[in-house]
Amino acid sequence: MLDVRNLSLAYGQTPVLADLSFSLGADEILMLVGPTGCGKTTVLRTLAGLVRPDAGEIVLGDQRITPKRDVPPEKRRVGMVFQDFALFPHLSVIDNVAFRLSDRGPAHEWLERLGLTALADAMPERLSGGQKQRVALARALAHKPQLMLLDEPLSNLDAALKDTLRWDIRTALKEAGVPALWVTHDQEEALSVGDRLGVLNNGRLEQLDTPEQCFSQPTSRFAAQFLGEAAFVRGHRDGPVVATPLGSATAITQGASGEKVDLMVRPDDLTVVPSRDGNGVVEWRRYEGETRLYAIRVCDGEALRVRTNHELDLAVGAPVHLRISSEHPLAAFTPEPAA
Amino acid sequence: MRPWPVSYVLAAPVAILAVLPLLVLLDLGVGADTLWDPHWLDVLGQSLALAGLTVVGSLFLGVPLAVMTAYVRLPLRGLWLPLLAAPLAMPSYIGAFTFYAAFGPGGEIEQLTGIPTPELRGLTGAAVVMSLYTFPFVLLTTRASLRGLDASVLDAARTLGLSLPQALWRAVLPRVRRGIAAGALLAALYTLSDFGTPAIMGVDTFTRVIFVEYNAFGLSQAAMLSLHLLVIVGLILFLESRFGTEQERPGRTLVVTPGTLSGAGMMGLAVLVFALAVGLPLALFGIWIARDGLAGFDPMTAVNSAWAAALAALGAVLLALPVAYAALAGPAGRVMDRLTYFGFGVPGIVMGTALVHLGLRVPVLYQTLFLLVLAYMLRFLPLAVGAVRSTAERVDDNMTHAARLLGASRWEAFRRVSLPLTLRGVVAGGALVFLEAMRELPATLMLRPTGFDTLATELWRVYEAGYFGRAGVPGLLLVVISGVALVLMVSGERGLKAGLAENKG
Repeated sequence: MLDVRNLSLAYGQTPVLADLSFSLGADEILMLVGPTGCGKTTVLRTLAGLVRPDAGEIVLGDQRITPKRDVPPEKRRVGMVFQDFALFPHLSVIDNVAFRLSDRGPAHEWLERLGLTALADAMPERLSGGQKQRVALARALAHKPQLMLLDEPLSNLDAALKDTLRWDIRTALKEAGVPALWVTHDQEEALSVGDRLGVLNNGRLEQLDTPEQCFSQPTSRFAAQFLGEAAFVRGHRDGPVVATPLGSATAITQGASGEKVDLMVRPDDLTVVPSRDGNGVVEWRRYEGETRLYAIRVCDGEALRVRTNHELDLAVGAPVHLRISSEHPLAAFTPEPAA
Repeated sequence: MRPWPVSYVLAAPVAILAVLPLLVLLDLGVGADTLWDPHWLDVLGQSLALAGLTVVGSLFLGVPLAVMTAYVRLPLRGLWLPLLAAPLAMPSYIGAFTFYAAFGPGGEIEQLTGIPTPELRGLTGAAVVMSLYTFPFVLLTTRASLRGLDASVLDAARTLGLSLPQALWRAVLPRVRRGIAAGALLAALYTLSDFGTPAIMGVDTFTRVIFVEYNAFGLSQAAMLSLHLLVIVGLILFLESRFGTEQERPGRTLVVTPGTLSGAGMMGLAVLVFALAVGLPLALFGIWIARDGLAGFDPMTAVNSAWAAALAALGAVLLALPVAYAALAGPAGRVMDRLTYFGFGVPGIVMGTALVHLGLRVPVLYQTLFLLVLAYMLRFLPLAVGAVRSTAERVDDNMTHAARLLGASRWEAFRRVSLPLTLRGVVAGGALVFLEAMRELPATLMLRPTGFDTLATELWRVYEAGYFGRAGVPGLLLVVISGVALVLMVSGERGLKAGLAENKG
């Protein structure tokens, strides 16, 4: 449905997209995450035809688009949902959704599916943010796109709204059976909504895989740190097992060939217990409701974060024992030169 | 290299057209025998004297009234600012005409009341009239600066032992020097460009002498004088651009509650100024209509005015659309936008001279309505561009992108999204051009086809013939048109937004 090959774009000397390649299946949702300025919005604008790439090829349905053979945005049949909604302020909801439809049936259908029927004749400025974004989604889908692009669709909305709307959008995309590229900077959104996840950094795809793989087996330190809290513990590798001061664990190495490796641990890969002759002390604690987050300073090393059940109540300064307790293999990296 | 946006391609010729008058004048000036006539030194002196006296007068009225409207809590709060800004909307030749007719031995005031009044003509008369119609520039710029000041500085000055007037003089006015200066320069600019008032009052300023030369078939002299005047105008515009407005950290705005007596005094001054600038013309035109009836009025003059102005409004808006979009598209577009503002700095008499010459060079155009409409369009194009651009700015890029992605072509996206959203600016801009063109005098005098009289030229004819009674109807119509223009300008931005919201709801 969508095949992107070697897409590149530079503004002057600054590369924005660097040799980007990926493809999307029939109704697959690909989440793109990355820090501000990593080029994720540019990817969307390039696919939409609003920005022309320097090199590469986009195969969209039966269209083959290259910098030489450009297809204008209106001929691409690409739906886009903007961060700022971009509703037409002079048209009612139904006139927005049926903007270029001669048959208004699909417009009414989508309004109903997204719970907007009662607002069909309202003007956009009277809608709440969440309603606006639903209208924008209905508008894009009613025009039967062959690809949907969502540019941080939830970033202008209240936190409380985000959770439900994100699932409503996913459901709608799946019902429409349209492949979608969804850009976000929210890691929770990135991990929970999509079928696959792409981590973008400096215009380059660091990793493209299922959310589970990206989270538990990041292929780079950048990907590891972007998707959640991650710390690294120095250890010695012996076959599949890595021994560290915090215990041993099976590991999958990411390009680490030597004996010394850095093992990635997330706060839920560790267990802490009170212990008089343990290996660390509690540096600070944070109550999170269902869980507690502790920072444990191990000997003279850096403080590691560990998430525990809320019932474990440890005072700051208390002596504890910290160990690796992960059941699944952890990711191991080549050690960085000591800073 | 990207291709130029469509708006650039369409805006570039408009920008070139806008500076056409200057090219024409230069062409004409090259052929002139004399670059400088010693007699013109006198003209320069008179022009500068009138501008100088007007600046003094407008400061004298504008600054105290600015303090009043900015800080003083008076009854009928919303009334005073529009009341005092009203003279700005009136062409000053209406004031000159009525003052000329009202004062002096045998003037209207003496005829009506029997009280003899001194003659108000020449330099003094022109300066009084110009001050009455230009002080709002000072009022508005000064008031804007005053409103931006933090009141605590004044409070501090008073705790240090200054009385309120002393504190205003020493701790407030020095902080708005630039605002005052900007208003004064605008008043000077307007005075130098104005034709009607010095012409009626008999002061030999550039504008009047240009007109005299033109009537004496000295077109190349008129062009030379025009170029000199343009240089002075350019100098003032340059000075004006150097004055930014003061930027202070905003704070609480001062509020002064006056005593009964001083409050009444201030309101009295405001009412007096309004009565002289707006009330007197209205009263005289009313009296003349009552005395002479409507018989002498030829309705065709109103029709002609409206017809030429409507064509100019339509043309200006059509030219303004690409320029406004180009201005938003990029730096080159902003240059084009700036160039169209050239017409604003060109006095009407200079525009007239340039286009008369163009008409002589291109005989097809000579004595055509087209040339007159072109003069209106070029002079008032900035009004249309400004209005269109201010609404076009609100059309978000993503909106047109969304339309394109839904399958609309560039043209359809413009027609169905950008244009409807810009329409209010188009209408407002067109209306402003229409109202300005209705009242235009100097270029109309020079460019109208034979037998084509407008309301403004009718007033001029009445002045030349000395039969003031016939001025009643055209004069009154011109004042009414000015009133509508004022309402439109004051409600401008606010009205646009309210209207848009209303339309949506």
